[in-house]
Amino acid sequence: MKQYANVITAYAIMIGLIILVGIFQSWNIAFSIFNLCLISAVMTMGANIQWGYAGLINFGIMGYTALGGLAAVLVSVPPVREAWQVGGLSMLFCLFIIVLIVFSVRYVLKNFQKSKRKNIYIASIIVIGLIILRIVSGPAIHSIEAVEPAKTGFLGGLGLPIIFSWIVGAFFAGGLAYIIGKVALGLRADYLAIATLLISEIVIAVIKHEDWLARGVKNVIGLKRPVPYEVNLQSEQWFIDLVAKWNRGVLDLISTAEGKQAALSQLVIESSSVFVKICYSGLFLTVVVILLIITQKALYSPWGRMMRAIRDNEEAANAMGKNVVKQHLLIFILGSAIVGIAGAMMVTHDGLFTPGSYRPMRYTFLIWVMVIVGGSGNNFGAILGGFAVWFLWIEAAPIALFLINLFTSGLADTNALKLHLINSVPYFRFLMMGIGLLLIMRYRPKGILPEKINIK
Amino acid sequence: MDFLNAIILLLNYIIVPALAYGSQLALGAIFVTLIYGILRFANFATGDMMSFGTMVAILFTWYFQSLGISLGVLPTALLAIPLAVVFMILYMLTIDKFVFSYYRIKKSPPVQLAMVSIGVMFVTQAIVRIIIGPFDRRFFDGEKFIIKANQFKEMTGLNEGLTIKSTQVLTIFLTIIVVSILFWFLNKTKTGKSMRAYSDNEDLALLSGIDPKRVVMITWMIAGILATIGGVLYGLDKSFKPFTYFNNMLPIFAAAIVGGIGNPFGAFLGGYVIAFSEIFLTYAYKKFFMYVLPESMEPNSLIQLLSTDYKFAVSFSILVIVLLFRPSGIFKGKIL
Repeated sequence: MKQYANVITAYAIMIGLIILVGIFQSWNIAFSIFNLCLISAVMTMGANIQWGYAGLINFGIMGYTALGGLAAVLVSVPPVREAWQVGGLSMLFCLFIIVLIVFSVRYVLKNFQKSKRKNIYIASIIVIGLIILRIVSGPAIHSIEAVEPAKTGFLGGLGLPIIFSWIVGAFFAGGLAYIIGKVALGLRADYLAIATLLISEIVIAVIKHEDWLARGVKNVIGLKRPVPYEVNLQSEQWFIDLVAKWNRGVLDLISTAEGKQAALSQLVIESSSVFVKICYSGLFLTVVVILLIITQKALYSPWGRMMRAIRDNEEAANAMGKNVVKQHLLIFILGSAIVGIAGAMMVTHDGLFTPGSYRPMRYTFLIWVMVIVGGSGNNFGAILGGFAVWFLWIEAAPIALFLINLFTSGLADTNALKLHLINSVPYFRFLMMGIGLLLIMRYRPKGILPEKINIK
Repeated sequence: MDFLNAIILLLNYIIVPALAYGSQLALGAIFVTLIYGILRFANFATGDMMSFGTMVAILFTWYFQSLGISLGVLPTALLAIPLAVVFMILYMLTIDKFVFSYYRIKKSPPVQLAMVSIGVMFVTQAIVRIIIGPFDRRFFDGEKFIIKANQFKEMTGLNEGLTIKSTQVLTIFLTIIVVSILFWFLNKTKTGKSMRAYSDNEDLALLSGIDPKRVVMITWMIAGILATIGGVLYGLDKSFKPFTYFNNMLPIFAAAIVGGIGNPFGAFLGGYVIAFSEIFLTYAYKKFFMYVLPESMEPNSLIQLLSTDYKFAVSFSILVIVLLFRPSGIFKGKIL
């Protein structure tokens, strides 16, 4: 029990902070922070598997998150029949051509001697394939995007419950990670970081500009939810009873019946949005707990020991007969798949998919701050990092405002410096993140909860 | 005549803009490569350091403008550059003293230094946004064009106009000067040679009595000069926005790696490779072929290899291809 003391204290402080937000600001804010903390925790677990277990740098987290989001759209949106009629066949044919290109390139790679001719063959296959793709897809894309461009203008999805997309998102992200891993994993650490960062930018560029796929920057809104809608809840009798029961103390203070009714309906509106958020929290918490159990099991399994051996000394592990390349690829795919789940969860939570909002600052570097601050190699640390950093990211503005008011309390309210500082409150979050990261890296380089391996 | 028109068309839309953009990238790429060669880490704060330098230059420009000082046809920002460079160098040396030097003395792995540079990136970004805000700022003044399209048409009697902005000429001109001085410094002076020696083999350089502190300090000073000039030129040519500068880090990295990271000349050329390929591949050649080909063969589509949305993606794809087939870059890297 003693060895877990600091873990329990750290989590207790974190939960306490969120409860304080609930008491002083509102429960709505507290639960939305909590939900996004949980999503961040899933992302950090993915990054932690790659960095903490295997020492692989992956700066492409943004790309996997976006692919997870794309999965949510493609799974939950009902198919647009008209668009399928005008262009679906051509798009399927394009898919077939891409598969054909990949396999013919593979064939050439395997069956030809290394020579100039081989390179020419590969280049010509790719160029010819791309030209055919352009010719086939051009008119199809044009006609798909012309179908009610204000509302649809894309192929749509499968119309399944959005919760399935969490699995599909994992597969999407894992698939991308397979390609990137095949291509880039042989690179040195800092090259790998840059390469993954740039590849994730390419992924975002494709999602942003291929409108037939998911409407691009026109955004997909109003995705179906796995939890009830606020409006429906407000008219449900059991929910109103529940709210009345929960707030009995407050309601009893009001004497008139009309006043009571008004207060109750106000309370119902407020609690309906809190209730929806609690439902999301339940779903997300399940995912986090399942992933935590799996990753903890993996960490202490023979496989986890092998991963640590590879991380700490690649050559020695190789000499012991472990296939380093294969294991690196595997863990790269697994970690990315977890990030893909988080991406799908995030779109599920928001109910909309906005490719324009995927920026490396928020979705790559912030996640890395979480991993480093929390403690790489330790799953509890990674989750705590996700919680603490996201909490600070959201609450940085109020904290900064408070501090500015404190330090400039001697100045008049119309003082130019004070006004300027108050206007730039949102940017203090970057400052806090940066200083926090620098301090942690300097004085506690292994994170708040460092990696601790108990040899059993 | 048609042939001349076609050439002017390419000059106007591809070559002149690409030269200017490439010069801006080249300065940034040399900055990245210098840090990588001598301090041995990938500096993720590159874009934000450039925006810091530019911000200081903008503040000085505004101050000069309020005093009524101007350079006539040239932008006032040129006057502000030396002052901004001083501030930038001070900022970089401060960061080095309080942040990077600790890890350098401890001989931390490069990955850790890269992580630390992410912390610096966050802080620098915050400082820039707190001081000047996240908005688009234009600080260009003076004469905007050297040749306007109409003037050119009247002068030559051609159908196609050629527009040359003064900022483009200024960018190319200043880049050539800065880069020549830099190469002269690295190749001819004793300090420059000691820097190259340090980059090539640290232990050997230390044995032969090169002072590492001095080398590191001079590296940061050169980096400060490059970052400020590169940033100000980009801001003059386009506009200053912190977010754009952060994003520019990516093509800059691409340029440095394509040219062979650690090799300043490679980085210089890499900037142009990236700029030209971005613009070449996303330009619609319809008009060009209308001039060159006989009328019967005129194209009816835009003849654009890639839509302009994929401008960034082009440079990144080039980078990925280079990393795959020639990880050391076009010119062998790792030696200054």
